[in-house]
Amino acid sequence: MRLDRREALLGTFCLCCLPTLGRAADFKLEEVAPGVFVRRGVDQDATPSNLDAIANIGCIVGRDAVLVTESGGSLADGQWLRQAIKAKTDKPIKYVVLSHVHPDHIFGAAAFTADHPTFIGHAKLREALQQRGEFYRTKLSEVVGVDKVGPIVMPTRAIADAGEVDLGGRVIRFKAHGPAHTSCDLSMVDTQTGLLLPADLLFVARVPSLDGSLLGWLKEIDVLKAMGAAKAVPGHGPTSVDFAGTSADLVRYLTVLRDGVRAEIKKNGSIETAIKTVGQDEKSRWLLFDDYNARNVTQAYKELEWE
Amino acid sequence: MRASIKSAVLPLGIAVVLGFAAIPARADDQADRQARWKDIEKSLFGDRVPQDGAAVVQLDAPVRADDASLVPMAITIAAKQPVKSLYLVIDDNPAPVAAHYTFGPAADPRAIKMRVRVNTYTNVHVVAEMQDGTLLETTKFVKASGGCSAPMGMSDEEAMKGMGDMRIKFAGDAVANKPVDATLMVRHPNFNGMQMNQVSRMYTPARYIQTIAVTDGDKKVFDLDTDISLASNPVISFAFVPTDKSQLKVAVTDSEKGHWEKSVPVPALSN
Repeated sequence: MRLDRREALLGTFCLCCLPTLGRAADFKLEEVAPGVFVRRGVDQDATPSNLDAIANIGCIVGRDAVLVTESGGSLADGQWLRQAIKAKTDKPIKYVVLSHVHPDHIFGAAAFTADHPTFIGHAKLREALQQRGEFYRTKLSEVVGVDKVGPIVMPTRAIADAGEVDLGGRVIRFKAHGPAHTSCDLSMVDTQTGLLLPADLLFVARVPSLDGSLLGWLKEIDVLKAMGAAKAVPGHGPTSVDFAGTSADLVRYLTVLRDGVRAEIKKNGSIETAIKTVGQDEKSRWLLFDDYNARNVTQAYKELEWE
Repeated sequence: MRASIKSAVLPLGIAVVLGFAAIPARADDQADRQARWKDIEKSLFGDRVPQDGAAVVQLDAPVRADDASLVPMAITIAAKQPVKSLYLVIDDNPAPVAAHYTFGPAADPRAIKMRVRVNTYTNVHVVAEMQDGTLLETTKFVKASGGCSAPMGMSDEEAMKGMGDMRIKFAGDAVANKPVDATLMVRHPNFNGMQMNQVSRMYTPARYIQTIAVTDGDKKVFDLDTDISLASNPVISFAFVPTDKSQLKVAVTDSEKGHWEKSVPVPALSN
């Protein structure tokens, strides 16, 4: 069920009729490459019914161990993932990746504490979580209920530039990126299949959200391209995509944003004018466009006005 | 803050603010808001009562803020008579008086733009004080939430970078004695003391801009008194009337006794 903003506002939805974890029935882990399993997130914002299960989450299974690529958007979402993994394999969950600071990518982690994994994140993630984590927790609690959100889990292994783990003959390589989608984006490559997992450095179908650096993001896409992967698991959108084509779409949107905002700044236009005009041609190409484009323009404006 | 505001949906890309989807205003809010404004009015102006100035003073503000920590406010004044000063009041912010501009002889106070933080659904008032002491007011209701208490960035250290750097832009070339639009940008985190580090349980200490003085030679353009409602890295657009040897100077002070100055020539002045 899609709970739209107006319904939420007016309270016209009926909580008692929402299937508490009925969503779990529709969710499944798809094997997008040998030993790589992904659950597609829904193309919505967090609502009481979707429990913030909006990101693509999953795991990579090696000979000796399991790595959770993304843990989920709430404790409940993480719990769903954990049981889905346990249904597939008895191998121990040794690693859980926190791809960046956003709520839909961190709150599932608490579901895995009993496995005592290493929680892997960007070197700047800890500080970002200290600044933002509790705020996200409060806000998400208001949407899905505090017991379903769970606590914040801090990374126990920080990646400053690059790093890797071995799941038993299966090496996963990490790259800590400069400011892009956020200040703390971590991507990884499964060396066995060559699959790239760029998390939210790649949005497909769902409109990208800018919370780091627009120019930085464009730069980091080049870094990702240089890794040479043909297939990728985006943070949002289909579970497996052709990297060249989908990253080109993202670059197109970010470029439209950059050029439009630059032009507005050049002619002394205000943020308000920029919000009304910039990126409107992209509207039909992205889901949730109206929910994010104005913010993206504002972010871009703040960054580019100092050029 | 009296109204508690809840988000019913949580966007993933939220930088700092979830500025929508709130519970509809309660019926008695209107009366509360009126009372609130009366209190502020009294403390600012004493027995002088502002008149409805909607015909003269205009405030453009978004009905719903996309980003409550950066809400653009545009004030335009169509007064024939000179404006002495201008107040921007965000009624329900922790410190309501966001800005008080006192204009000098080099000012052209017909338009001011700035960016502020808005903490909750609130009325925003603009009061223009005319040379003769008349007070003219106008108001807008703005829906925003969390602009003051939401985390400001991902790193305090990052936010402090380049503090005090300034840039002044002019809208085209200036002609002496004709008003020209200018935009002042200041790098400053404007920490308002309301952001808690969730691990240390300590608040980032407040450090915010208190005054901005803009002069042209020995003539004042404006003095601005401001505080925690001003957005991070403030940007203020204003107009002034240059002379044939204009040199714009900006002096900024903050609550930690920080002081920064910048002086720039006005481009291509001619008579």
